[in-house]
Amino acid sequence: MNFNATLIGQSITFIFFVWFCMKFVWPPIMNALETRKKQIADGLAAADRGKHELELAAKKAGDNLRDAKAQAAEVIAQAEKRAAQIIEEAKTAAKEEGDRQLAAAQANIEQEANRARESLREQVAALAVAGAEKILRREVDAQTHADLLGQLKAEL
Amino acid sequence: MASEYHSSGEYIKHHLQNLTYGQHADGTWGFAHGAEEAKAMGFWAINVDSMLFSIGLGLIFLFLFRMAAKKASTGVPSGLQNFVEWVVEFIDNSVRGSFSHQNALVAPLALTVFMWVFLMNLMDLFPVDWLPFAATMAGVPYMKIVPSTDPNVTFGMSLSVFFLVLYYSVKMKGAGGFFSELAFQPFPKFLFPVNLLLEGVGLIAKPISLALRLFGNMYAGEMIFILIALMFGGGWILAVFGGALQWAWAVFHILIITLQAFIFMTLTIVYLDMAHAEHH
Repeated sequence: MNFNATLIGQSITFIFFVWFCMKFVWPPIMNALETRKKQIADGLAAADRGKHELELAAKKAGDNLRDAKAQAAEVIAQAEKRAAQIIEEAKTAAKEEGDRQLAAAQANIEQEANRARESLREQVAALAVAGAEKILRREVDAQTHADLLGQLKAEL
Repeated sequence: MASEYHSSGEYIKHHLQNLTYGQHADGTWGFAHGAEEAKAMGFWAINVDSMLFSIGLGLIFLFLFRMAAKKASTGVPSGLQNFVEWVVEFIDNSVRGSFSHQNALVAPLALTVFMWVFLMNLMDLFPVDWLPFAATMAGVPYMKIVPSTDPNVTFGMSLSVFFLVLYYSVKMKGAGGFFSELAFQPFPKFLFPVNLLLEGVGLIAKPISLALRLFGNMYAGEMIFILIALMFGGGWILAVFGGALQWAWAVFHILIITLQAFIFMTLTIVYLDMAHAEHH
């Protein structure tokens, strides 16, 4: 163990190496490491956020689907109700029309019957007058007994 | 290869001798031939192999990490960038764990200490004869390839750390605060000479223990590799046994070189943390 100027040479070399390392080696590497660490942290945070958003979207989609189903059910119910209503109205209308036609037919029949009764009465009156004429040929003058005949005709 | 030497003692001595450049006793400059000559050169000589290998390894470290730093992107890292980021995060965690103040210097310092010491220790896993033998072939008399087995290297680092400790102690607590920390505790104020002695020894022990721990571990490991290598010259049975031993020791040494680099780094962080901390 003998000491010589190597000691000084080593110290100078050492100081130079440390200086170089401090100036040109350490900062860029640490910088890269820190930046990457931050990037990874950001990436993880973004992934978390994305996951959260996905959950929200899934929930929203479920809600929308439920709303749509409810609306569809409502529309169907309304349509059924409306259909029932239309059928009911049609039934009512048909019944009214039937009644109306029935009434018209009855009125017609009555009219016809009246007319037939009228003509029958006239014919009976004519027959009665003709019969009476035959019986009372001589006495009965159509002119003189016109009011009598008319009265009889009205009674028959 | 041990057979090229006259004795095992000479072989060991050769492998533990740095390539020293300095002024010879006769006034000329050149490489020292042997430990005596190197000692005679005094302080103003330099261990060329230690400097060369340590600077080379340091440059490899800085080059690799600088490349990764330039290409550092926030995308998916691959290959070199992955490795570098792994090391940097490991250092960053260690610093966060032991250093509780704000100082931009500490983490790069810890990274440099760890990687540099690790690479210097890693040279220990090279078979002890390869590079010295190649150097001898090329006409270079000595070649010690593990810089951290040279106390100059470990002390060079630990003393630099020590000066940083002194600098931050004075900067954070002021000269008076630093002095009172040394003189007025752990005993009452009137015993300040005792305190000063105790704390002074504690302070001085920091860089010395830091350097000696690394040096001692690496030196001892290297010595064992050299002793094992001696067996290769003692017949094929010993050589096979030596080969097995060398493999086992190398595997164990992987743990030691990493551990020593880590300890050096951790203690550096802890000493700097203590320099920043206020005593109450």
